[in-house]
Amino acid sequence: MGNITLSNVRKSFGETHVIPGIDLAIEEGEFVVFVGPSGCGKSTLLRLIAGLEDISAGVIRIDGQDATALPPAKRGLAMVFQSYALYPHMSVRKNIAFPLKMAGLDPAVIEQKVANAAKVLNLSNYLDRRPGQLSGGQRQRVAIGRAIVREPAAFLFDEPLSNLDAALRVSMRQEISELHQTLKTTMIYVTHDQVEAMTMADKIVVLNAGRIEQVGSPLDLYRAPANLFVAGFIGSPKMNFITGAEAAKHGATTIGIRPEHVMIGDGPWQGTVGLAEHLGSDTFLKVEVPGVGTLTVRGGGEVGLHHGDTVRLAPQPDKLHRFDANGLAMK
Amino acid sequence: MATAHSRTAARLMVSPAVILLFLWMIVPLGMTIWFSFLRYNLLTPGNESFAGFDNYYYFLTNAAFWQALTNTLTLVLGVLAITVIGGVLLALLLDQPFWGQGVVRVMVIAPFFVMPTVSALVWKNMFMNPVNGMFAHIAKTLGLQPFDFLAHAPLASIILIVAWSWLPFSTLILLTALQSLDREQQEAAEMDGASPLARFWYLTVPHLTRSITVVVLIQTIFLLSVFAEILVTTNGGPGNASTNIPYLVYAQSLLSFDVGGGSAGGIVAVILANIVAIFLMRMIGKNLET
Repeated sequence: MGNITLSNVRKSFGETHVIPGIDLAIEEGEFVVFVGPSGCGKSTLLRLIAGLEDISAGVIRIDGQDATALPPAKRGLAMVFQSYALYPHMSVRKNIAFPLKMAGLDPAVIEQKVANAAKVLNLSNYLDRRPGQLSGGQRQRVAIGRAIVREPAAFLFDEPLSNLDAALRVSMRQEISELHQTLKTTMIYVTHDQVEAMTMADKIVVLNAGRIEQVGSPLDLYRAPANLFVAGFIGSPKMNFITGAEAAKHGATTIGIRPEHVMIGDGPWQGTVGLAEHLGSDTFLKVEVPGVGTLTVRGGGEVGLHHGDTVRLAPQPDKLHRFDANGLAMK
Repeated sequence: MATAHSRTAARLMVSPAVILLFLWMIVPLGMTIWFSFLRYNLLTPGNESFAGFDNYYYFLTNAAFWQALTNTLTLVLGVLAITVIGGVLLALLLDQPFWGQGVVRVMVIAPFFVMPTVSALVWKNMFMNPVNGMFAHIAKTLGLQPFDFLAHAPLASIILIVAWSWLPFSTLILLTALQSLDREQQEAAEMDGASPLARFWYLTVPHLTRSITVVVLIQTIFLLSVFAEILVTTNGGPGNASTNIPYLVYAQSLLSFDVGGGSAGGIVAVILANIVAIFLMRMIGKNLET
């Protein structure tokens, strides 16, 4: 249960074609992350799958069944919203029980399922509180609990961690990953944060302007980005792009090298350090190289370079990405 | 407002307003209480004498008093029921996107700006009049006998007139509340399999309780003292069928020239209003807490 297929799905709002046509297959039990800059249509795509928006053309199949015209409740999907969308006047217990109550289940069964979900999510002590009395992370867990009890074919997450502070975001990220390990249910997760995408996904779908730029496992995308957009979007800090004569030497219009693949010490490029960020574990340098441009370089924690120092750099030749005039990767 | 000096200055600054407001309230109240203990008839001025609780005794044992009390409560509850239920329904309607929404929303508030005497006269003469009124015309067109609203259903007619002028108020307050209803909550409920009716019951109604409380509290204050609509339509009649407490106080003071009895009635009305207020706050005041 839980494979979803999109064939040629389009969405337009009036004259604006938000999604000009997408084909995508999501396998059962996969953790799929839609990632892209804001306004790329990733949330719209999720809402199309959820059924909260009608698609303009194309077919959505859930478990092989045509779900294009089905109302949201009939699709067997559960969604966790960015704002949590908890019902503020209901206790946590009633919030989690709401979908079951709407399905007309027996109160005893509902009680049982709510208790189970609360145990899984460490919410047992908060069942009689209202959402307003909970912290951000707890609200998030209630929202997840409300999704879990329905035992859906797939979970949809719409930027669920963007309202949390940095520390909580990391721990919730792990909790959601662990939840996926436990439940083994298909999950579709929308985020603009490539770190979340890299750490959680089985499969990343990189979207840009309503189009799929690349689909693949996190490491595939990191090692072999299909084009300039993916290369620039995946990885932090961003990949360095070099154009002009230096790129022509490698027979490409643009070459890319990740900050972690530039070696400090000896090499063909000589430059001046503009900015040095010493993080303890790593050192990030902005190096101005004449004829090449400004390069971001990641060095070890022991690198003692500072502003104004001269440094020689060498790209690891096998980690060099080459792109043609259309921005596509060259093999 | 940190130092003792600035606090003293602040108190000095606000004191004129506070003192003026206090006098504004306490002088009429004090005089009313004073008059309520006097034998004070406008036909024999200058012959006032102390009456003890006689005025209260006669006012409260007057058969008209109990009818006026029931009428007052019926009027308040009737108008509240119409304006709250009608207001929710109208607000739901106006919340839907439709052509000309802006103009319609402005026009909906219009009845609220018509002064009570005017609206009551318009209703009395143009709608409810059994000879020339529109309702009579409609009845005759359908071959029915015209109904004399103000003679045969005086209290219901007044409830209708007052509800008409208060409906826009509740509609507007409830409409603004509806517009602040969270879109994602609605969508979440939709995904949870809640039908439109269930969404209304489990999300919209709880969301509206606070605004409904505000509407009920504010309207109750004004509805307890409805007067103009009664004066220009039924004069409290036929008999005492549409007399409420404010109208009874008026009749006692200015139609029977008994200022003492009228003042006692006024104090009774103040006490009743406070009882109603306490009941209301007990019942629905907790909705206003966060």
